Amino acid sequence: MGHINSGDTAWVLMSAALVMMMTPALAFFYGGMVRRKNILSTLNLSFIMLGLISIQWVLIGYTLAFGHNIGGFIGNLQFIGLTGVGSGPSLAYAPTIPHLSFALYQMMFAVITPALITGAFVERVRFKTFLVFALIWATVVYDPVAHWVWGIGGFLNRMGALDFAGGTVVHVTAGFAALAFAMVIGARKGYGKTPMEPSAIPYTILGAGLLWLGWFGFNGGSALAANGVAAHAIVNTNTAAAAGALVWMMLSWRDDKPSVLGIVTGAVVGLVAITPAAGFVEPWAAIIIGGVAATISYYAIRLRQRTRLDESLDVFACHGLGGTTGAILTGLFATKAVNPKGANGLFYGNPKQLAIQIAAVAIVAVFTFVLTFVIAKVLDRLMGLRVDENSEEVGLDISEHGELASA
Amino acid sequence: MAKKIEAIIREEKVGDVKDALRGIGIVGMNIFEVKGHGRQGGITLAGRSGTYQIDMLPRVQVNIILSDHNVEKTIETIRRAAKSEDGGAGDGLIFVFPVEEVVRIRTGERGTDALKYEGDIDARLARYYAPPGRKTEAESESKPKAVKTPGKISRFFIKT
Repeated sequence: MGHINSGDTAWVLMSAALVMMMTPALAFFYGGMVRRKNILSTLNLSFIMLGLISIQWVLIGYTLAFGHNIGGFIGNLQFIGLTGVGSGPSLAYAPTIPHLSFALYQMMFAVITPALITGAFVERVRFKTFLVFALIWATVVYDPVAHWVWGIGGFLNRMGALDFAGGTVVHVTAGFAALAFAMVIGARKGYGKTPMEPSAIPYTILGAGLLWLGWFGFNGGSALAANGVAAHAIVNTNTAAAAGALVWMMLSWRDDKPSVLGIVTGAVVGLVAITPAAGFVEPWAAIIIGGVAATISYYAIRLRQRTRLDESLDVFACHGLGGTTGAILTGLFATKAVNPKGANGLFYGNPKQLAIQIAAVAIVAVFTFVLTFVIAKVLDRLMGLRVDENSEEVGLDISEHGELASA
Repeated sequence: MAKKIEAIIREEKVGDVKDALRGIGIVGMNIFEVKGHGRQGGITLAGRSGTYQIDMLPRVQVNIILSDHNVEKTIETIRRAAKSEDGGAGDGLIFVFPVEEVVRIRTGERGTDALKYEGDIDARLARYYAPPGRKTEAESESKPKAVKTPGKISRFFIKT
C-alpha cells in the first residue's frame, strides 16, 4: 500500500510547474530565430500546445500512455477523462505521490514534445493543418511511444531500455518527426537565395535560459521523489548543459567568433543529451555526454546546411541527434551506484545495455519517422500543409493571425 | 538657391558628423537608418554553426537642405568627420542635389529665407563680418538663444 509523502508530492508538483514553463520558453527560443514577420506565429505554434495537448491528455492521452497495458503497445481506456486518477497514490507509477500529480507532470512532457517539432516548419505552415497534425501526432505517436518506454508492460520497458526523463520519448520522437515533416512540407520560399537569419537572438537567449531552469524540473522531477536520485539528476543536468555550451563556444570560435546563438544552442543540446541519462550516470559522465552531443549537433547542422533540406531551426540536429547520443551514451555510463532501479552500462561490465539502448532508439526513430511522414503526406493532400505563396511572403503573423508583433 | 546634401555614413560616425555640423552652424538635419553596400561588399557574421555572409550593411543617411554658398564647407566638414581611422572601404558617399523650393510651414517663408535659423551658419558669418559695435539684425531684434549643442564638441569644431 502506497503512502503519500508530502516532500515528494511538493517536489513533483513544483517540477510540473517548471516543465510547464518550458513550453513558453521554447516558444521564445524558436521565436527569436525566425524573421520578424513570423515571430508571433512561431511563438504561438509552441504556446497553443499548452491548450491543445493539455485537453488531449486529460481526455485520452494519459490513459493511452499509462493505462493498463494491452499487448505491450498501448494503454487501455481505464483512465479516460482522468477517471479513476485521484488523490491517492498510483502503486504502479508513483507510490508516494497523488496519482493526479503524476498525470499532471506527465502532461507537461506531452505538451512540449509536439511544440519541439514546430521548429522544422516555421514561417510556412498552415496553422489549421498544424493543429490537426499535433492532435493526431500526440495520439498515435507520442502516447504509444511513452507507453512503450515508460508504461508498465510496455515492450521497450520490458526489454530494459533506460530513458530517465524522455531522451527517447520526447527528443528522439520530436527530432525524427521534425525531419519527416520538413521533407514533406519543403523549403521556405526563397530558401538559399534570400537571407533568413534570426531577427531577435535575445529572445532565443531568454528562451534557452528558461529552458535550462525548467530542465531541473524535467530531469529532477523524473525521480518522482525528493531524494538523492533527483539531486543527481539536477547536478548532471546542469553539468551537461555547461559542457554543451562550452564545447559549442569553442567549435564556433575555431570557425570564426564565439557565436552567442551557438553558445545557447550548445547548452540546450547538452540538456537534451543528458535527459535519458540524468538519473543513471555520475556527474563526470555528464560532462562527456554534453560535450559529445554538442560536437555531433554542431557538425550535423553544418551538413544539413549544405543540403536543400530546410529543417528550419535544426530540431533534428539538436533534439533528434542530441537525444540519440544521450540514449546511446546512457548504455555506456549508466551505473547502479547512482540509481539502483537503473542498470549498469558497458563501462560497468554490462555490454548488453548498450545494445538495448541502440535498439530502443532505432525502433522509436523508425516508427516516428515513418508514421509522421505518412500523417504529413495525408494532411498535405487533404488540407494543405503550407500557406499560399503570397501569405508566406507577407508573413504568417499577418496572414494567419491578423496581428503584428509590434505596431 | 538651395541644395540638398545626402550623406551616407557609418553608424558609428553619426555623433562625430552631427557635432562637426553643429560646430559650423548647420542646425537642421534629418537622419535615416538605411541598408546597402558599395565597393565594400558584405561582411561575415558568426552563425549557429559556422559563419554566414550579409551583403546589405546598416548605414545612416544624413539629409541637409542648405543655401548654395554653404555647400562646399559642409561637404568638407562631413567628409572629415565621417572618415574612418583605418581608411578601409565603407566610409560612405555624399550626394548633392538641386532643390527647387523650400517652404516653412509655420511662417510661409520661401526659398533660402525658410532655411535660416538663429545662430546658424549664415548668422555666424554675418556676425563675423559686422563692424565692431554694431549688432547684426538677428541680435538686435532679440537676444539670440544659444544653439544647444551636446556637452562634447568634436575635434572638428570650426571656429567662426
